[in-house]
Amino acid sequence: MFYTPASTWSQMLKMGEIQPSDIIHIYQKRSEVVEKQIKGFLNYFETPVRLNSGQSDFQDIPIVFKDNICLAGYPTTCGSRILAEFVPPYQATVSQKVLNAGLPILGKANMDEFAMGSSNENSAFHPSLNPWDLERVPGGSSGGSAALVAAGSTPWALGSDTGGSIRQPAAFCGVVGMKPTYGRVSRFGLVAYASSLDQIGPLTLTVRDNAQLLNVIAGHDSADSTSLKLPAEDFGRDLGKDIRGLKIGVPREMLAEGVDPEVRTAIEKALGVFESQGAIIAETSLPRLKYALAAYYLIATSEASSNLARFDGVRYGHRSARASNLVEMYTQSRSEGFGDEVKRRIMLGTYSLSSGYYDAYYKKAQQVRTLLIQDFQAQFETFDFLISPTSPITAFRLGEKQQDPLSMYLTDILTVPVNLVGIPALSLPCGFDSQNLPIGLQIMAKPLAEAAIYQLAQAYESATDWHMRHPEL
Amino acid sequence: MTEFEAVIGLEVHAELLTESKLFCESAAHFGGSPNTHVGPVSLGLPGTLPVLNQRVIEMGIKAGLATHCQIPRITKFDRKHYFYPDLPKGYQITQFDQPIAEKGWIDIETAGKAKRIQLTRIHIEEDAGKLVHAGADRMAGSVYSLIDFNRAGVPLLEIVSEPDLRSSQEAKAYLEELRSILMAIGVCDGKMQEGSLRCDANVSVRPLGREVLGTRVELKNINSFKFLQKAIDYEIQRQITAVECGEPLVQETRLWDEQKNRTISMRSKEEAHDYRYFPDPDLVDIEVDPSWVQSLEESLPELPAARRLRYVESLGLNAADAGVLVAEPAAMALFEATLEQYDNPREICKWLIGDISAYLNDKHVELAQTQLTPHKLAEMLTLLEKGTISGKIAKTLIGPLLESDQTAQALIAASGMTQISDSSALEGIIGEVLNQNPTQVQQFLEGKEKVMGFLLGQVMKATQGRADPAQTNQLMRTLLEAKKNS
Repeated sequence: MFYTPASTWSQMLKMGEIQPSDIIHIYQKRSEVVEKQIKGFLNYFETPVRLNSGQSDFQDIPIVFKDNICLAGYPTTCGSRILAEFVPPYQATVSQKVLNAGLPILGKANMDEFAMGSSNENSAFHPSLNPWDLERVPGGSSGGSAALVAAGSTPWALGSDTGGSIRQPAAFCGVVGMKPTYGRVSRFGLVAYASSLDQIGPLTLTVRDNAQLLNVIAGHDSADSTSLKLPAEDFGRDLGKDIRGLKIGVPREMLAEGVDPEVRTAIEKALGVFESQGAIIAETSLPRLKYALAAYYLIATSEASSNLARFDGVRYGHRSARASNLVEMYTQSRSEGFGDEVKRRIMLGTYSLSSGYYDAYYKKAQQVRTLLIQDFQAQFETFDFLISPTSPITAFRLGEKQQDPLSMYLTDILTVPVNLVGIPALSLPCGFDSQNLPIGLQIMAKPLAEAAIYQLAQAYESATDWHMRHPEL
Repeated sequence: MTEFEAVIGLEVHAELLTESKLFCESAAHFGGSPNTHVGPVSLGLPGTLPVLNQRVIEMGIKAGLATHCQIPRITKFDRKHYFYPDLPKGYQITQFDQPIAEKGWIDIETAGKAKRIQLTRIHIEEDAGKLVHAGADRMAGSVYSLIDFNRAGVPLLEIVSEPDLRSSQEAKAYLEELRSILMAIGVCDGKMQEGSLRCDANVSVRPLGREVLGTRVELKNINSFKFLQKAIDYEIQRQITAVECGEPLVQETRLWDEQKNRTISMRSKEEAHDYRYFPDPDLVDIEVDPSWVQSLEESLPELPAARRLRYVESLGLNAADAGVLVAEPAAMALFEATLEQYDNPREICKWLIGDISAYLNDKHVELAQTQLTPHKLAEMLTLLEKGTISGKIAKTLIGPLLESDQTAQALIAASGMTQISDSSALEGIIGEVLNQNPTQVQQFLEGKEKVMGFLLGQVMKATQGRADPAQTNQLMRTLLEAKKNS
């Protein structure tokens, strides 16, 4: 029952086949069983948080939030010691939308500290584990959200994606994860990692659910200056439509060296499925893609070093008890409050914004970004979609990359270009490797083409049964 | 002896008269209990985002236009980073390389000499909060420090001049003119004491005739015109003395200490920050529509320079009076409004910058806080002109007119202060005075004409100053001459 998609729950509720309280009960029971293994929650609400007046087709269908989305009155830790005690007095726009839709919130999911990481091991509290193999990571940074959906602890969840933080854990855990077009979903109330890259998005069991949850959270917000002013649309409007004649480009650089052979095989098989449904597949090239990872780590860390300056121990968050003057209060509060990866990125970003280095690093990275935007635009004049693996590898073992940050960064190589360019991209289960670990397929499209992505993704989903497979827990 | 020249540039911060803050809906008003004009955004809570108050862009453009600046098509906001407890986000949102306005000028006049001062730029930024230290004046040595974030996020214009000023008088004239302009276009209230207009001065000295600039010192904490002059004068002298004695000057920030009448070192350049400016990714670039700029330019009110000229040329005020009036927007507004009801500009101006201004200074109040209206002032001046009251009585009416809601007419009626100009009534009073002072009358008759002053004084005393002086003088002379002849 706990692997019932939200859209199915919605139908059953409408038909009177189940009571709202039964649904909540099913997930509470499930968590009692599996949470000890998964450790997906940072904060599990014994009584789900909801707005009784909230209404929609999905009311009474529970959800989980990544713990960097502010929920008024409840701790929002961002997986960090520095915010361990922080309770936001205001509501994130997305939280308000979800509450207004009548969804009960089961809890706040674990994450890499301040969304910095690809494994969930950077959570200051504890790592979450991959339901497919409890010795492996669920991916990151929205690893808690992905693991909870994959474990059946919630039918769907919200994550945030700055360089792949929704798509990569979705791929590692075998669920569907969408990074919408930059500006689709309000960032107001999302604790910023890198403002020009961050975007909230849904993690779900099915493509249809994903479109439906995006319907709930998307829309213009006057409280976010980067929010796009667009009329409301139904992202599921093209589900079920024929994909005959749609053009799919496969950038050869995204299937090149470094991509696990089993992953490559799975992607090639998936391309065959699209082809059999009438889509036109062609190889293409993005020669400047090789600069994306470096540009991403400069821009993201620069913005992070600035965004995280507010955590100074003055107004909220951790304040060192050992400080005896102002400078010590700053340095010790931050030294004690932030973990290693966060410190590493603050230092990187501070360096690249420093006078004398700005032109060589931050500015150069922004120029690369502009070129990448142009390159992708050119691709989308020929192709409706670009397809690649979501991650070059499947879920790795806990601790495997912890001592080697660069190799960890390299696992983001296929997802970060999407954030730099601002386009939407979805990760979809497309098979398993020989160790029974899920493989994710990434579908990218031009800005605002989420509905088309869902159309293509669902065409694949309906022809395969990967989404029907669930881990043994 | 070498003659020295001072080189001065001013950085003026003007708080804008908006209802709400630069990037959120919290109130931007001065005052209020600590931390009552705050919200999640102005406190920099995690996850909050800035949303630009469009009124500020309009005000910035107006200030640029009023100071002959160019208004670029694109403007944007940047982050300036430093840690201080009154700065909630760890960075200030400001404008770095694409300010709202640049390359303008202001004309000033000192000792009758006109001079054009170039403006480098005008940019928009958010103010910080305010620290209050317990047990000491500064954080060092205090027991604890409290933060009031009411001011955090209040919009400021920073107006930067070129180093074109050469004396404290020029600096003062520049600041006065800039203040008048900002008040005339309604973007700033110009209150230096409340901190809504603040000024930093960059001062250096060099031997007269030399091109190369001397070591620059930034003076902070200047909150009045008087201190601006004093601080600059002190600093010029300090620097000249140092140069003459061969002591090295360091590039530093110095504070004006108003208790000790001197500048004190605050921090040197070695401690200068790397602010790590970069474009604020939470905000988008602003495209400024040239047709909007044009309509703002067309709707600008009359600026101080043009107004002064008009007051002199069309209204007949002298240049000095016109200058004083135009520098005080409240007095100027009252002047204009009174002029619609009473057609003697010089007379209105004389009272406004004379007795009324003296009263305000004496009582430490502002015109807006008084009960004086254009109608009340016009009425009093009409009564004065008609001779219903004397100038002396008019002076005594200023206090009551400003303090109460009574008109001059009502005040006069209540106290019977109208002038006595009826000749039969005056003749009666004069006759009585002459009867009561036979000795002085006798002296007059013997040719001692000066004694008439005493007798006139007695009449004024008897009428409590209400006797029409000219008429009394004439009637008394007639009566005394008649006695001489009889």
